[in-house]
Amino acid sequence: MPNTPTEADLAAALEHLATACAALRLDDPLLVGIETGGIWLAQWLHQRLGLTTPVAGLDVGFYRDDLQRAGLKSAVRPSSLPPSVDNRQIVLVDDVLHTGRTVCAALRELFDFGRPACVRLLVLVDRGGRELPVAADAVGLQLALPADRRLRLSGPQPLRATVEPA
Amino acid sequence: MNAALAKRLGAIQYDAQGRLRHLLTLEGLQRDTVDALFTLADSLVEVGGRSIKSVPLLRGKTVVLLFFEASTRTRTTFEIAAKRLSADVVTLDVPASSTSKGESLLDTIANLEAMQTDAFVVRHADSGAAQLIASHVAPQVAVVNAGDGCHAHPTQALLDLYTIRQHRGGFEGLKVAIVGDVLHSRVARSQLAGLRLLGVDDIRLVGPPTLVPPRLASLGGRVCHDPREGLDGVDVVMMLRLQRERMTGGFVPSDREYFALYGLTEAALAAARPDALVMHPGPINRGVEIASAVADGKRSLILPQVTNGIAIRMAVLAQTLGRGSGGDE
Amino acid sequence: MSDATRLTLRGGRVIDPASGTDTVADVRVEDGRIVAIGPLPDHGDGEVLDVRGRWVLPGLVDLAGQVGSPDALSRRELQAAAAGGITQLGVMPAPAAGWDNPAVIGRLRDGARALGLLRLAPVGALTAGLGGEQLAELGLLRRAGCRLVGQGGQPIGARVLRRGLEYAHGHGLTAVIDAEDAELAGDGCVHEGAVGVQLGLTGIPVAAEVTALSRALALATACQARVHVHGVSSAAGVALLRAAKAAGLAVTADTPVWNLHFTDEDIGAYAPAFHLRPPLREAGDRAALRAALADGTLDAVCSDHRAVDGEAKRRPFARCTPGAAGFEALLALVLELVDAGEVPLRRALAALTSEPGTILGDGGRLSAGAVADLCVVDPQARWTVDAASWHSAGQCTPAWGRTLRGRVTLTLLGGRTVYRLSENSHDR
Repeated sequence: MPNTPTEADLAAALEHLATACAALRLDDPLLVGIETGGIWLAQWLHQRLGLTTPVAGLDVGFYRDDLQRAGLKSAVRPSSLPPSVDNRQIVLVDDVLHTGRTVCAALRELFDFGRPACVRLLVLVDRGGRELPVAADAVGLQLALPADRRLRLSGPQPLRATVEPA
Repeated sequence: MNAALAKRLGAIQYDAQGRLRHLLTLEGLQRDTVDALFTLADSLVEVGGRSIKSVPLLRGKTVVLLFFEASTRTRTTFEIAAKRLSADVVTLDVPASSTSKGESLLDTIANLEAMQTDAFVVRHADSGAAQLIASHVAPQVAVVNAGDGCHAHPTQALLDLYTIRQHRGGFEGLKVAIVGDVLHSRVARSQLAGLRLLGVDDIRLVGPPTLVPPRLASLGGRVCHDPREGLDGVDVVMMLRLQRERMTGGFVPSDREYFALYGLTEAALAAARPDALVMHPGPINRGVEIASAVADGKRSLILPQVTNGIAIRMAVLAQTLGRGSGGDE
Repeated sequence: MSDATRLTLRGGRVIDPASGTDTVADVRVEDGRIVAIGPLPDHGDGEVLDVRGRWVLPGLVDLAGQVGSPDALSRRELQAAAAGGITQLGVMPAPAAGWDNPAVIGRLRDGARALGLLRLAPVGALTAGLGGEQLAELGLLRRAGCRLVGQGGQPIGARVLRRGLEYAHGHGLTAVIDAEDAELAGDGCVHEGAVGVQLGLTGIPVAAEVTALSRALALATACQARVHVHGVSSAAGVALLRAAKAAGLAVTADTPVWNLHFTDEDIGAYAPAFHLRPPLREAGDRAALRAALADGTLDAVCSDHRAVDGEAKRRPFARCTPGAAGFEALLALVLELVDAGEVPLRRALAALTSEPGTILGDGGRLSAGAVADLCVVDPQARWTVDAASWHSAGQCTPAWGRTLRGRVTLTLLGGRTVYRLSENSHDR
């Protein structure tokens, strides 16, 4: 069993992510945090990098691919994207990347708001277990977890990771 | 309101896992269910502001709008709501003749079900029609009541309550007056059930004795035949339409008398709180139940009600149709 | 169906409310008549049935039930009545069926006689075509065998009703008064009360019963006429009856068995089986009806049987045809009231035998020399109303699915077996 990341590990991951994001050299990117775990991260990056365009939030509740089977999760927050994302440079932000389905749902929703110029993906932790061909453009830290384990993150204060049964 | 009766009417609306399966009436609903619908509506309101005004939540589902009673307004909002959830919509306007015995009702449903329908939105002239349909459809089919006789119009009441929540924040300590033909109103009955569910117990039922007879107090409101008393200090005035038939049926002598005694004019509204909200399910009869100045005035929420109607109906369809076929959550 | 002309029922509890008989005794039936009741020696001939532990009662008399039209009697429903221990059935007039025509009345009785399952006592029309305007040929109807005449629920004005009462009285006919003013009832389908209001259904106010009764009782008093009130459903109606009887008026009354058991709350989520006429009213009304049955203010309990076709109950509530099948549940439901201590046994059985028999002019008695119309009842037998046990085509009934106590095991009409409970259907 790999070690659960410590607060120090996560802090280092955050810094790594900020550096990687800056290295993308995007012009006035729109940071879009995926609800709920990506929101605090997007806001942290926004402040850390001194970006101007406000952070937006995206809830993929209506776009999940398991709706037919599992039904609607009732607590779906409103998405706060601007009316159009045509030609914008979008940075999708999420705390954990696992199967890749959430990111695909987010892309589906994003494209209902227009045609972005590009979409980059930043995640704090990539825990492996991909089921779809999705890769992040920048990762804070890699962590291989078995399928029967779930990773929960919180931040920025307290900055904590918990590994629990799935 | 008879709680035992409400429970029986409400029970069929939940599936074995306790999820909302049909929306037929606000009677017997749990408070959480209504709160969840409001929260969902909050998220869905935003969809109308996008350039692509839809989410794929109900993609591949077929919703049939079965209207046995004419209605452009409600039908249109349901159609828009369903389409904004990416559902396929089929509209059937079944003309209701006065000699119709409704014998085609269950046959019509059975035929449509054979075409893989996922939901029925039904409006019918007979009380209990929605319950009848709901008790005959297959397990995975949802039924939404768009108005059954004089019994219930749950989505209208929900959007009214949602609108109040939008403008007042909550329902604590609210005083509400429902004015007009309560006796024949399905909207009023659903409003009463909804208000009581949300903890409002100061509800006045205002109108002439023929349209608001004393026995209506059993619905959970206080009967007031004097509008000054009924509107005294209220936070919300919910108006009801006066239908033409009430004149010929011997319930009120004339439009003129009704307006003079019960019409919501600026003067009548003065009895209410200065910031009282004015609502009406529409379509309004100007100069009969409400004066134009009030209908178009700054306290009137008639237009926001219409906008909210789409979000609420989207929420209802999303909740009932979006239950999912599997058991795991 | 055996054609036993000689039959002995051994060891049963013989109860005849008319005479007050309530004793364990044998009953001997010969050539269609009861020839002896008492401890009887072995005759050695004819069938002997061991009915120890069972009751032997007069065949039940049901004042109101529908079994088809004069020219199309339903064998199935008549059989259901026999299964309910009923040997005499009053049938109320229906519009457009010729109940004002003595020939039609004759055909009805002949048709029943031919089927041989029970005796029909048709209630003739009071006015021509039940239209409430011209009197029907009451004298000729009397000759054709009617003892009662009525309007079958159709409206009638006060003036014509008065003439009708006078004329009927002159011919020794009893006028049946419907306990509901048709105009006040309007297109109501439930009791006008909190339940009706909540369900959004048009109500029939108690006032509809009170005005109908007040008018009829006042007119009957003025004409000194004998009347029978059919379908009492409210405490207010009971009060009027009690006062009229106390004042010495020759009035009798019945209530449908459903109103003694159910209230408007039982309608629940628009259950069509509970769409009945008169409507089920409130708990207070039900209590008043029970008390009235116990003290004799209500003389009889009827089934008001109506085998409503399945489709006619698969509609929104208000559009369903009112009524329900009840022949087979009548006795057991009345006995439930006895078990609950609400009504003494003798009074309850009288309400199903001697009292309605008196009202119809015949029947409901078990005594030596009388026609052998009787039924044998297992008072302890528990049975469930379902497709296996129910004979009537009407399955949308408040009795459906209920477990009842008390079951008819044998019905004799004029000494002939018209119903026998088959041994292998003793259930559950």
